[in-house]
Amino acid sequence: MNGVDEILRIENLHVSVDETPIIKGLSLTIHQGEIHVIMGRNGAGKSTLASVLMGHPAYEITEGSIFYLGQPLEELTVFERARAGMFLSFQYPVVIPGVQVGTFLKKSVQSVRDEPIKGRAFRKELNEAMNTLDMEKSVLSRYVNDGFSGGEKKRLEILQMLMLNPKLALLDETDSGLDIDALRIVAKGINQVAPQAGCLIITHYQRLLDHVKPTYVHVMIDGQILMTGGPELALELEEKGYDWIDAVPEA
Amino acid sequence: MSDEAHDAVGDYRFGFHDPENATIRFDKGLSEQVVRDISALKDEPEWMTELRVKAYRHFIERPMPDWGNCHSLNQINFDNVTYFLRSSDATKNDWDDVPEDIKNTFNRLGIPEAEQKWLGGVTAQYESEAVYHSIREDLEEQGVLFLDMDSGLKKFPEIVKQYFGTVVPHTDNKFSALNTAVWSGGSFIYVPKGVHVEMPVQAYFRINAKNMGQFERTLIIADEDSSIHYVEGCTAPTYSTDSLHSAVVELIAMKGAKIRYSTIQNWSANVFNLVTKRGVAHERATIEWVDGNIGSKLTMKYPSVLLKGEGAHAEVISVAYAGKGQHQDAGAKVHHLAPNTTSNILSKSISKNGGRSSYRGMLQVTPKSDGCRSKIVCDALMLDSESRSDTYPTMEVGNPTADLEHEASVSKVSGDQLFYLMSRGFTEEQAMALIVNGFFEPFTRELPMEYAVELNKLLELEMEGSIG
Repeated sequence: MNGVDEILRIENLHVSVDETPIIKGLSLTIHQGEIHVIMGRNGAGKSTLASVLMGHPAYEITEGSIFYLGQPLEELTVFERARAGMFLSFQYPVVIPGVQVGTFLKKSVQSVRDEPIKGRAFRKELNEAMNTLDMEKSVLSRYVNDGFSGGEKKRLEILQMLMLNPKLALLDETDSGLDIDALRIVAKGINQVAPQAGCLIITHYQRLLDHVKPTYVHVMIDGQILMTGGPELALELEEKGYDWIDAVPEA
Repeated sequence: MSDEAHDAVGDYRFGFHDPENATIRFDKGLSEQVVRDISALKDEPEWMTELRVKAYRHFIERPMPDWGNCHSLNQINFDNVTYFLRSSDATKNDWDDVPEDIKNTFNRLGIPEAEQKWLGGVTAQYESEAVYHSIREDLEEQGVLFLDMDSGLKKFPEIVKQYFGTVVPHTDNKFSALNTAVWSGGSFIYVPKGVHVEMPVQAYFRINAKNMGQFERTLIIADEDSSIHYVEGCTAPTYSTDSLHSAVVELIAMKGAKIRYSTIQNWSANVFNLVTKRGVAHERATIEWVDGNIGSKLTMKYPSVLLKGEGAHAEVISVAYAGKGQHQDAGAKVHHLAPNTTSNILSKSISKNGGRSSYRGMLQVTPKSDGCRSKIVCDALMLDSESRSDTYPTMEVGNPTADLEHEASVSKVSGDQLFYLMSRGFTEEQAMALIVNGFFEPFTRELPMEYAVELNKLLELEMEGSIG
């Protein structure tokens, strides 16, 4: 399958860290407009999947292949992936001391887009995105993630996503540690990007899915997707946990 | 630039040089006669000639420092230095009158535009002497004196005689002796009582000739309850042989006055930069050194403040960037000589490609100085594992009421930071430049905007082509 709207295709992916296998034969295809949710216990390899897709150097692909917009992904470095429209919302966003959010956003948008950005148009776009996410302008003069609360960090990740307008959005536990208002705001950002993009959302909780309607819910256990369903699967997992899936034979 | 020169210094943005059209050039090497000749040429009062000679004799007798980077210091060949070179017959007050080649140099460095936009006055020094000088009329009307040092001595000999060498005597160290013997150029500033100079005044020092020594001498006196911000920039072209820059700066802040002295030194990587900077702060006065050191082969510079009057305050904010083959030995010295004096020292250094940066600090509190406070923060950032960073703090605290804080940190750029930034579209070099600019931000934000932008650009250039 290689349709025009295919964003990402993962075939039989195996990934190791320091020679320890983490992902053990994972296949997944994401089309434009689809929201895929991956749930699973800690240590199942969910975050590893997100990091590998973005190109983290610590992970080694030992088998299988990944295609992004029909091209082998391994040919692209991390920043080339970003410039090609991939975006990762980090589980633990990093502090960059002394770098103001406003400067950072402008430079980032400038490097990802192929055209020079104009000051006024950029500010307008930024204002709109910040209004969508209910963010204070004062955040622009703060240093990137420095002294930010968990919720503020996640909101900044979503702001970056809106500004970079990705074709593939990877969200690694973006909903963790958010109160209900922040959760709704983050969902709003995801829903704005989702129609033009493919989305892969990693989460532990069903509650984000009250606001973001997934196309598919996948259950990841021990480095593999063991079950795939619709939104109702998330509710079932919330209720029953994961133990019952271990017993289900691979589809 | 020759290949040889390039290997020695790497990529340096102001590395161009102009044909040297000297009107007077002394032979290389130093002797009492050379010192006397410089003084005679400048038609100086006798006391200055005698002071120069005394300083020369002290320089000859004084051994090289036995601390710091002795190996590098001992490579200086004092016989291979040109001690005086005159490029222009007189200091000009109109930019159009400056000789074409010299004007080109400063145009390339952006000096005339800067003056039009945001400076209260400017002096441009080329080799040994000022070639251009101007001051805004309103400042002149308020009695502010801003001249090059040679003119200062001619026109206001009494003031110069009263203060010259009182903060940094020629016997202070070998290089202050050398400077006193052969000084030429620099700035002389006097701000009268109660006058606040709102716009910064600037001097720009440029070495153009090969094997040149530049020995400017700056004296700034801020009278009671006055204030001034002085900005200094330095560059030199790139040659395969070394140049020597050895300046002396003396600041005097009277009761309630404030002097801020900001410097960005961006020497090419074959300049020995050995500078003595010291200020005296009287009652309730403030002296601030904002000191940026990029480039040079070896820099040894420790801006100092003597807190002499009750309630005086010192601020020393410095950054140093040591690239390949460079050693930045910089820091700060603060002497709390009176009660209730306060000081803040912030030092940030970056080492890259095997460069070395050292923090050398001295904090002294004398026994009679009750209620003093001081905070020292030293942060070092290493961009790779072959580079080096070290700290040599000294504290002499003779009063138990002193409230002192000292924090030091050494960090490396983390893989997580690079991955995060690269996932946002930055190349590794751009990511590194962003981290470096951020690290220096507490310093950069203290600079006038144009300098801040310039510094960030310089650092970005330093990061280019350096990875992989």
